[in-house]
Amino acid sequence: MKIRAQIGKVLNLDKCIGCHTCSVTCKNVWTSREGMEYAWFNNVETKPGVGYPKEWENQEVWNGGWVRKRNGRIAPKMGGKLRILAKIFANPDMPQIDDYYEPFTFDYEHLHNAPESETAPTARPRSLISGERMEKIEWGPNWEEILGGEFAKRSKDVNFEAIEKDIYGQFENTFMMYLPRLCEHCLNPTCVAACPSGAIYKREEDGIVLIDQDKCRGWRMCVSGCPYKKIYYNWRSGKSEKCIFCYPRIEAGQPTVCSETCVGRIRYLGVLLYDADRIESAAAAEDPKDLYQAQLDIFLDPFDPEVIRQARADGVPQSWLDAAQRSPVYRMAMDWKVAFPLHPEYRTLPMVWYVPPLSPIQSAAEAGALGSEGLIPDVSQLRIPLRYLANMLTAGDEAPVKLGLERMLAMRVFMRARHVEGTRALEALEQVGLTEAQIEDMYRTMAIANYEDRFVIPTSHREYAEEAFDLRGECGFSFGDGCSGGGGKIDLFSHEVRVGPSAGGRSDRAVAGR
Amino acid sequence: MADWFHILVFGYYPYFAATVFLAGSLIRFDREQYTWRSGSSQLLRRRQLIWGSVLFHVGILMLFLGHFVGLLTPKEIYYAFGLSSGAKQVLAIVAGGLFGIVCFIGLTMLLHRRLFDLRIRATSSAMDIAILALLWVQLVLGLVSLPFSWAHREGGEVMVQLSLWAQKIVTFQADAAMYAANVHWVYKAHIFLGLTIFLVFPFSRLVHIWSAPVGYLGRRGYQVVRTREGRRAA
Repeated sequence: MKIRAQIGKVLNLDKCIGCHTCSVTCKNVWTSREGMEYAWFNNVETKPGVGYPKEWENQEVWNGGWVRKRNGRIAPKMGGKLRILAKIFANPDMPQIDDYYEPFTFDYEHLHNAPESETAPTARPRSLISGERMEKIEWGPNWEEILGGEFAKRSKDVNFEAIEKDIYGQFENTFMMYLPRLCEHCLNPTCVAACPSGAIYKREEDGIVLIDQDKCRGWRMCVSGCPYKKIYYNWRSGKSEKCIFCYPRIEAGQPTVCSETCVGRIRYLGVLLYDADRIESAAAAEDPKDLYQAQLDIFLDPFDPEVIRQARADGVPQSWLDAAQRSPVYRMAMDWKVAFPLHPEYRTLPMVWYVPPLSPIQSAAEAGALGSEGLIPDVSQLRIPLRYLANMLTAGDEAPVKLGLERMLAMRVFMRARHVEGTRALEALEQVGLTEAQIEDMYRTMAIANYEDRFVIPTSHREYAEEAFDLRGECGFSFGDGCSGGGGKIDLFSHEVRVGPSAGGRSDRAVAGR
Repeated sequence: MADWFHILVFGYYPYFAATVFLAGSLIRFDREQYTWRSGSSQLLRRRQLIWGSVLFHVGILMLFLGHFVGLLTPKEIYYAFGLSSGAKQVLAIVAGGLFGIVCFIGLTMLLHRRLFDLRIRATSSAMDIAILALLWVQLVLGLVSLPFSWAHREGGEVMVQLSLWAQKIVTFQADAAMYAANVHWVYKAHIFLGLTIFLVFPFSRLVHIWSAPVGYLGRRGYQVVRTREGRRAA
């Protein structure tokens, strides 16, 4: 057993209002610069939909993630090392920018400078890549917002697998939910595995997956390897970039920007302890439906004295063990089992988990009465098909998602009984196998969701941290060459400054990276 | 051609180019590693790249290998294998011609894409275009030299001369330049341009050649985890 700790994350989709504050604040901080206009380290999708980039979940198209070979071992779906190298000159598994969208701006100047005319002047779109006029914007990072577009296109969503989807195209039966997405900081990341340069790595101390901007050579295999399509190739710098889990904030004990600014308070950050020796065997579980349980099985109980002893021996600091015991992520994933991994069938063992959303009971409107099992409404009658959620969160296994939803409903029933009727609806608790204390804890964590309950982040340890003395006189948190030049007019090695609609891109290239 | 000029180009220029090539690469790697990348534009446009890039790379890698072995192998070695200079020249013409054409098709596609695809053109630096054009001209010169080589394939004298020149250069022999004195101007132009490519190499995207990730095949397992110690070292 080799115990490592990671800051995991849970997003409570039941409370997501789809406001995109997470995406916007993330973009403002990390990706508002040339080459990264199209990159959204965090984006929010409306499901069902093909998502961003188009059909990212369809691994028949993009070949992301892992496959289990006949000998029981796993290999990247895009191929083993030799096959990956064979794709290095031209990568057939890589999306083109149009699969995301061609970034654009508008001719705002025209609104100021237009000559007198009969009709009001308009600001027409212009490509941020070529600087050319774009007659029509065909796609964007959020094109399917609130079920935008035709059902025929949206229904290409692979989560409809094994679902008779046509009825959901009818207005009366339609359903939707939001899915905010960011890098999963997987335990078994395919991006890392596919990187020929070895530039992508997982940090041992907190599990954050980063791309070494100096070592990246732009072979772009990571873009294909990642099944979540959360690695973006910066077309200006020629390097790949990804969500950095706001590591400078995490190291300081602060939540990521997307979590901090989430107005719905749906995001949770906390420590998970796991057995690093069992990663590969867990990822190689035979039946994809077992992958969720296999990942649960390598998470370790932070209260188990044996785990604590071994974690200390493996160098996990005491403050991290304390945080692991108070971790909201552990409770939601392990104790209450209301949080699930996104697409475990990719075999990457993702570490950003999701609480599935409840939705209105469909038959209630039709029959005037709720179908129910005991005190709890029948979750198979929820407007969002159970199978749809299961396809997304448990490789199609409905039972765990059903229990998760029932537990959330039980919490509602119990608390409603307490506050409205003044009774103790213990029946509801028995039915879902939770104690009163657990429900109260769930209520405090998930319904009230105070800041200090959502974010339990131990600061980085002195012995972990970079030697600050070595960093004196540097440019601080900078990008690429930092202050070592490379920004002047005479510039032998790097790109020249481009004059175009987004001229001046160079000056705002401070951020991200190493 | 004046003697001093000939000696300058074939006697001194190679060392100048090699010095800039090696020192420039080293300095860039040390100081500006953030700029060290292949510069792929596949994200912006797949069209023409898939075929263009594959044909170009396969062609040019084989051409490089052919030149490397062909120029730097002492003739005694292939004589020992029973290969005469004439036969070696024919082999070089055939293999070079074949991969030259493969490379030409790919490179022409890439050059066309870079110049006429608006997205690619707009995101290209001057050096991106210059290096591609340079390679294209160099390749054409190489292909143009084929009929001349074919004309005097008997005895393979020209090839012997050129490889002796190359071998004298890399072994620091003062009289190297004279070995390239009596060859056709096409070869001279090809050599000059070839040396120039070495000269501009560190300032172009070609530096990615140094980083050809063959070490990846030897990586144990798939995952990379940086430990605290590793991080410090990095």
